[in-house]
Amino acid sequence: MIPLNFYLALSALLFTIGVVGVLTRRNAIIVFMSIELMLNSVNLTLVAFSSFLGDATGQMLVFFVITIAAAEAAIGLAIIIALFRNKQTVNIDEINLLKW
Amino acid sequence: MTLEEVFFYFLAAGAIVSALLVITRRNPINSVIFLVLNFFFLAALYLTLKAQFISIIQILVYAGAIMVLFMFVIMLLNLGDEKRLTDRVTWKQIVAIGLSLAFVMQVLYIVGFGETADMKTMSAKAVDIGTVENIGMELFSYYVLPIEAISVLLVAAVVGAIVLAKRKFD
Repeated sequence: MIPLNFYLALSALLFTIGVVGVLTRRNAIIVFMSIELMLNSVNLTLVAFSSFLGDATGQMLVFFVITIAAAEAAIGLAIIIALFRNKQTVNIDEINLLKW
Repeated sequence: MTLEEVFFYFLAAGAIVSALLVITRRNPINSVIFLVLNFFFLAALYLTLKAQFISIIQILVYAGAIMVLFMFVIMLLNLGDEKRLTDRVTWKQIVAIGLSLAFVMQVLYIVGFGETADMKTMSAKAVDIGTVENIGMELFSYYVLPIEAISVLLVAAVVGAIVLAKRKFD
């Protein structure tokens, strides 16, 4: 049997890969994909705890997280399309409208 | 090493390598394809945790629906390869990677020496929890209010996405 720690460590590594992607990449769509990676790593933690503690709440939360991720992807990609229409770029360094 | 461990290490390595490939590819299309691969590895990991329903939902919703949306937007915008990926490394990126490494070290330290280190075996109830029957019973009894709220949120998100991506506001 695989101990719980292995799943948690894998989840931490995947989360950090997502963080590095968000912080270093300049393409807005790849930043979005990195956010999906982070959401998924947290889902893995929740499912692991759910199975090891014998509690269904973790899997319910994963269900809701997946729903939120779907909503977030739809809205986020719509924003990217609107931005691309106005600025002709998805480079987040050049999208600095709210920067002062 | 038992077959179970071999299987876990294979899936874990696959998930990490595909995640690394997602954030290092220049072409967003390649990133999407490796992200789908990552989702399949994670779905298999959910199966090793006896969460069948979440595993199927992962493939249906994430790999099926969300990634098609990503692919569709990338092809719609006709994005090419990114020009500058490695030839101009800024100090911000170096600091970001350093802080991320510090973060993962802290989390791994906590995971290695915290209370969860004692939990070696899965709960006996785990087999019954992940079934479609049990998830459905929980969702439509105890979690009925959250699921109604989330369905309203999904409708709002879809309407919002259409309004945002529309060409002109009338």
